[in-house]
Amino acid sequence: MSTTTDLKAEQRAAKPVLQLGDRIFSGSAKGAGILILVVLAGVAIFLFSEAFPALVAPASEIRGGNGLVAYIWPLVFGTLLSAMIALAVATPLAVAVALFITHYAPRRVAQGLGYLVDLLAAVPSIVYGLWGFAVLAPASVGFSTWLNDYLGWIPLFAGPVSVTGRTILVASLVLAVMILPIVTAVAREVFLQTPKLHEEAALALGATRWEMIRMSVLPFGRSGIISGAMLGLGRALGETMAVATVLSVSGVVTFNLISSSNPSTIAADIALQFPESTGLAVNTLVTSGLVLFAITLGVNMLARYIINRRREFSGAN
Amino acid sequence: MSIDTQRERSPERELDTSLDAMPVIRGQLPRWSPWVGLVAVVLIVGGVLSATGLSIGLFAVVSAVVYAVGMYTASRVVEGPRKATDRLVTIIVTAAFLVALIPLVSVVYTVVSEGLSRFDAEFFNSSMLGIVGEGGGAYHAVMGTLIITGLAAAMSIPVGLLTAIYLVEYGKGRLARAITFFVDVMTGIPSIVAGLFAFALFALFFGPGVRMGFAGAVALSVLMVPVVVRSTEEMLKIVPNELREASFALGVPKWRTILKVVLPTSVAGIATGVTLAIARVMGETAPLLVTVGLATGMNLNPFDGRMATLPVFAYYSYVSPGVPREPSLERAWTAALVLIMIVMALNLLARLISRVFAPKTR
Amino acid sequence: MKTMRHGSRARLAAVGIATSGALLLAGCGAANESGSAGGQAGGSNLSGAIAGAGASSQQAAQTAWIAGFTGANPDATVNYEPSGSGAGRTQFAAGGVAFAGSDAYLKGDQLARSKQRCGGEIVELPVYVSPIAVVYNLPGVKDLKLAPATIAGIFNRQITKWNAPQIAADNPGVALPDQAITPVNRSDESGTTENFTEYLAAAAGPAWPHEPDGNWPVAGGEAAQGTSGVVGAVTAGAGTIGYADESQAGELGKVQVKVGDEFVAPTPQAAAAVLDASKRVEGQGQYSYAFDLARNTTASGTYPIVLVSYVLACSKYADAAQADLVKGYLSYITSAEGQEAAAKTAGSAPISDTLRGQLTPAVQAISAGA
Repeated sequence: MSTTTDLKAEQRAAKPVLQLGDRIFSGSAKGAGILILVVLAGVAIFLFSEAFPALVAPASEIRGGNGLVAYIWPLVFGTLLSAMIALAVATPLAVAVALFITHYAPRRVAQGLGYLVDLLAAVPSIVYGLWGFAVLAPASVGFSTWLNDYLGWIPLFAGPVSVTGRTILVASLVLAVMILPIVTAVAREVFLQTPKLHEEAALALGATRWEMIRMSVLPFGRSGIISGAMLGLGRALGETMAVATVLSVSGVVTFNLISSSNPSTIAADIALQFPESTGLAVNTLVTSGLVLFAITLGVNMLARYIINRRREFSGAN
Repeated sequence: MSIDTQRERSPERELDTSLDAMPVIRGQLPRWSPWVGLVAVVLIVGGVLSATGLSIGLFAVVSAVVYAVGMYTASRVVEGPRKATDRLVTIIVTAAFLVALIPLVSVVYTVVSEGLSRFDAEFFNSSMLGIVGEGGGAYHAVMGTLIITGLAAAMSIPVGLLTAIYLVEYGKGRLARAITFFVDVMTGIPSIVAGLFAFALFALFFGPGVRMGFAGAVALSVLMVPVVVRSTEEMLKIVPNELREASFALGVPKWRTILKVVLPTSVAGIATGVTLAIARVMGETAPLLVTVGLATGMNLNPFDGRMATLPVFAYYSYVSPGVPREPSLERAWTAALVLIMIVMALNLLARLISRVFAPKTR
Repeated sequence: MKTMRHGSRARLAAVGIATSGALLLAGCGAANESGSAGGQAGGSNLSGAIAGAGASSQQAAQTAWIAGFTGANPDATVNYEPSGSGAGRTQFAAGGVAFAGSDAYLKGDQLARSKQRCGGEIVELPVYVSPIAVVYNLPGVKDLKLAPATIAGIFNRQITKWNAPQIAADNPGVALPDQAITPVNRSDESGTTENFTEYLAAAAGPAWPHEPDGNWPVAGGEAAQGTSGVVGAVTAGAGTIGYADESQAGELGKVQVKVGDEFVAPTPQAAAAVLDASKRVEGQGQYSYAFDLARNTTASGTYPIVLVSYVLACSKYADAAQADLVKGYLSYITSAEGQEAAAKTAGSAPISDTLRGQLTPAVQAISAGA
């Protein structure tokens, strides 16, 4: 089907490389990129102008009465803690699921399985919140009690165990379930794109399936895995409704994962406090949004750095 | 983590050593051994645990561990360490997949079983206008969600695709680096902040009481664009350079190469990414509440007034149910079920599109 | 050539399927909306659209009011957005909405800006009165009775066991278990929390050292989002105690609170009685009926833990149609019929006839003009 186009293209190729079509196309692509920058600049201006009153306000007028840092620090802590646990649980699982779908499951079944996992991404976050609240939290109480009984000497599981199970551990698990399909989907697509020649060469050398995956699929997919994990992390950091519903928040900084006193997260705090807030309280909340922004920035810079170190596996450069 | 350390060794040396260390012929476990082994382990562990009386969760965990250890040992004795590792990884990967299925099944089961009771005709042909207590439906919310998400997709997908193309195919130097960087920043905008931004933007032009579907679509676009860019970028990057070079060598101009070679090669992945992006924003509650509000009746015009959307509808049906709680809670679950089904349908559509547009490999 | 045609046809088909699917969905109107119901020969001539925003506590009641009002005036549209009291007051002051719902009356800066927006007097009516029940989940213990100071001690985490002497003193003959108490509070800022802490600060004396606040003032402990969340958390864990709108408490045990010398259960009647025992706030304007609630009342048959939610409107609207619509809507809300509808669907306490007599002139004063 491409024979005709190729012929035409051959004739045209005699002309200089920079044609009108090329210019229009690259121009609009560039324009789209610039549009994104403009929108983001708009968001940034909005955030800074809304956050400014809180930044200059005296400490005693900020909610809690101890200033901006005292208000936002526990939220930052909670945001990072829950997102990190979620990422630590979801990423290995997602890579394994993606591998299973692309390289282990029978071909016929694989597509259906992929679809099934995509389904998880289709579930709205409020449903995850309700599910975590109604199903996962009560189910976790037994497990948390067990952790406390046998591993209570680790500060993470010091207790006292929450009777409702609405702990940061459960909230993190809900987040992990939420980001699992995102990471899996990206990893799966990347694994599928591994050059068949690499895989077949490895197999031809007598490698077992796992050795083939380790030597050709995983190195090739590394950038994709990290990229997917960062997409997932972005969602975990910014997730609002699910955390607000599941987590029992009380503004405490603690590593204790299974008690009912938990740090809140920035996004959940905004969702919980915003409806009833006026004036300076709104400015304070927007400032915490700004901080979340900065956190994501830092995390993504780190990820870019890691990916760029491994550039040689990308096909496009 | 283990990937890291193992990658440092060069593949050649690895193969050399293992080949040297290996006898030429090793035994092999019979093909049926994994299945028979699994059944045996399940029976034994089940027997032991039912005697001591313990939970299903523990039973599954213990069975999996015993099975993995058993298979590894047996394979190592008969087939050697490399095959044994391979079998162990197979077991781990499969187990991970099964573990990932647990929440999926649980979530879907919860939503379906709770939502099925109101999954009737009235739910799809009625709005909530004048409805108190029982009855009513979410037709208005379904339409609102479709219109607003459609608008958001119509704005974000072209922008996102073009940006990704720019980054991968054209972008060099400062601008590209800046865009890459700020797209990453954009993934970190909390949804409520996106909503507040869109509201502030529209309030500038339309006054403080503005509520319209289009403002919601703008808020959703802010959330959607970075996801589209990131996933598309990733898919474009893994299109082998050989394809591009072959196309250039035939004299095809760059833009046609991108349209006819690069995009079709990666269309399946792009479609998946876009669908994920749509799925992500379709369930957003907070930004829609501050920009679009909530209406009890039908409104099909996204440029005029409040609209109902499924997530907001579900959220408020759940949060403030009124006195007989049940009718409202049932509507909330059914709305969630409908939302999932819409995204599923979209997913199917994306698959259909990618299948039709993808290059024929045969 | 052949293959190419085939390919493009398949693409066309795919696009066609996609678009026709979208078109199919954009079908007809909702079955229960009969256009602008010209057939109904109701005597009403109100038409147009108004929107309100504010307290989510009022949402169930507003739903009932809107249904009742638009049922009688089919050409009128009223929307209410449960975006929260704070957001509602801000939007009202900025002129974004015609009316607002608020769990607290207007104060300070917002009062001034609202008056400026209205170009004169504001109308502020306590239309939604709901008892806040102290709910608990303690299998085997029914009809728990608690004094204000004991409630404060429990929620301040000073009393930590169900068999504490303070609890036993109010419940003679009840077998209280040796179990830890898990107090559950709201994690979001809310009018319910503000009213509850206001009650504790007024009635519990030194046992409650915190200021009244919409944010829960005690750090640590179990917290849940919204009334639904608190009810859910209390239902889920044994030994829990929390506070929630009485109408949403369902099967949970409700504490009888000590008022004077008797223990009073949370009922709508006892809640409405508080309003009659309370004093009107001065200086808000002639059409403002804001009340400082008598939290430490000892009057018999009153239940002092109540949430009073106001509806805010202007006495003057620039647009005549809007003025008529707001006036009509507020008349319906304050009418016996409207209050009864809210009581049925939201479990609120209907306002007394005496109070209605006071409110009616304020509603009637709403008019058009600059």
